[in-house]
Amino acid sequence: MYAQLVETGAAETSEKDHEFQEKIDRGVRIEANDWMPEGYRKTLIRQISQHAHSEIVGQLPEGNWITRAPSLQRKAILLAKVQDEAGHGLYLYCAAETLGISRDEMTAQLLSGKAKYSSIFNYPTLTWADIGAVGWLVDGAAIMNQVPLQRCSYGPYSRAMIRVCKEESFHQRQGFDIMRQLCQGTDDQKAIAQDALNRWWWPSLMMFGPSDKDSVHSEQSMKWGIKQNTNDELRQKFVDQTVPQAEWLGLTVPDPDLAWNEEKGGYDFGEPDWSEFYEVLKGNGPCNRDRLAARNKAWDDGAWYRDGLTAHAEKQQTIAAE
Amino acid sequence: MDPLVTFCLRMGDTTLILGQQTAAWCGHAPVLEEDIAFANMGLDLIGQTQLWYEIAAQAEGKGRTPDDLAFFRTERQFLNAQLVERPNTDFAHALMRQYLFDAWHLPMQEALCESGHEAIRDLAQKSVKEVRYHIDRSRDLIVRLGDGSDESRAKMQGALDALWPYAADLMATDEVEETLVAQGVLPGLDRVRTAFEAETAATMSRATLEIPGNGHARIGGRTGIHTETMGYILAEMQQVPRSFPDARW
Repeated sequence: MYAQLVETGAAETSEKDHEFQEKIDRGVRIEANDWMPEGYRKTLIRQISQHAHSEIVGQLPEGNWITRAPSLQRKAILLAKVQDEAGHGLYLYCAAETLGISRDEMTAQLLSGKAKYSSIFNYPTLTWADIGAVGWLVDGAAIMNQVPLQRCSYGPYSRAMIRVCKEESFHQRQGFDIMRQLCQGTDDQKAIAQDALNRWWWPSLMMFGPSDKDSVHSEQSMKWGIKQNTNDELRQKFVDQTVPQAEWLGLTVPDPDLAWNEEKGGYDFGEPDWSEFYEVLKGNGPCNRDRLAARNKAWDDGAWYRDGLTAHAEKQQTIAAE
Repeated sequence: MDPLVTFCLRMGDTTLILGQQTAAWCGHAPVLEEDIAFANMGLDLIGQTQLWYEIAAQAEGKGRTPDDLAFFRTERQFLNAQLVERPNTDFAHALMRQYLFDAWHLPMQEALCESGHEAIRDLAQKSVKEVRYHIDRSRDLIVRLGDGSDESRAKMQGALDALWPYAADLMATDEVEETLVAQGVLPGLDRVRTAFEAETAATMSRATLEIPGNGHARIGGRTGIHTETMGYILAEMQQVPRSFPDARW
């Protein structure tokens, strides 16, 4: 999930609000020019911009390995993947702009630390195997969340998700393929694959957000058709899908409580360390400061570039006017 | 070494090292559109590298793969032009390096479309479309940032002053190219320099930038003489395959 703990506005009780809710209940898509409750608009701005920021910050941990990818083919695939992430960021910012906020405002919120992005990108990519694990697990978890978002009640967001999902499923298969190659390789390669799974497993489960009983924003978001499934439903689905893949790879999922539950037709699994999750959200994860510093540096160092282009455009306008 | 192999390595090493340098901007560029553009150019350059290395590896006939050529040769065995190994000092340097490269690369690829060597001709006909797009983009930015604010002009002029001497290395030729021209593998390459000079003169004039006139030129990359940055680029790029020598990726 690229958007976590999105603060949700409250529904009002006016006639317009009732009509709006009926539209949602009938499955009618809401478009940019349609009337919508302020709470709905604000919730979507928060969710879509958080999602966009996650794509942007998400370039950093993966970009960390572009210059060190171990073959030309892997380098090209990773580069294409990170380029896709930037592209997702771009059209998600555009989707958010339809709700009346500018990209510059959203960027300012990210750079100041006011806006959130997914907690997962505050973990470091330490070996090449992490690029496999991120693709397999992180993109896998993201897809779990984004597939239902294709049916989100807000048209521009749902349409953006259709395109994003196609690319994300490629990314997930590419990540899995890196893991497959490592697991079929030398002992040293297999060791870094297992190490990467050990470090990324729990943070990936946390991507779905806290347990339903502790999730304060879910109910209204589901009523508005922004959210389709609960955090726990999606987490269960992810574990059920991923554990057999780990077994196929010959890797061990680092959870002593993991066991098949015949009765529910799914796995039982342990509880992530939620205190770690909240620490990361507060800014105390391993890479929070580095990520924000990198984004701020890129923005500050690029000021002359943006100002230069603006100055040129203004000169051209003056010439055209004369 | 077979002149054909040397020539292909000169081309492929140049696109690889520039691709490597370009790709490093991913996530760090001044605007999101540039993150995307730099990744895209890097991708084209890595793709072209693979094609050059395939031709080189086949002509060499020693059973080496394109990855062997990329990851298991040392500084003195790399034959890229020095320009592309110049560091990512700032975004002005990255853009200027790209533009100067493009201003050579386009006429070079256009010339190679007439190569007597089938695989080179095929490569050029595929690449030239990408390269045309690259120079449209980089030329436009040189003009807009040169003729932009005082600060952007100063940055771009500084980058031009620093990088111009290395442009000569792109066009440096020796008996390798002469032999290949005589064999009909390469067409005459004089037109490449003429086109480069015309392109850069026109663009710098529109950009209100001044080409350094002191004639200072740095060459050597084509014979494996590099600048001090080169070893670091290779150390970073080759670290993983060299740490796991028996591995496949």
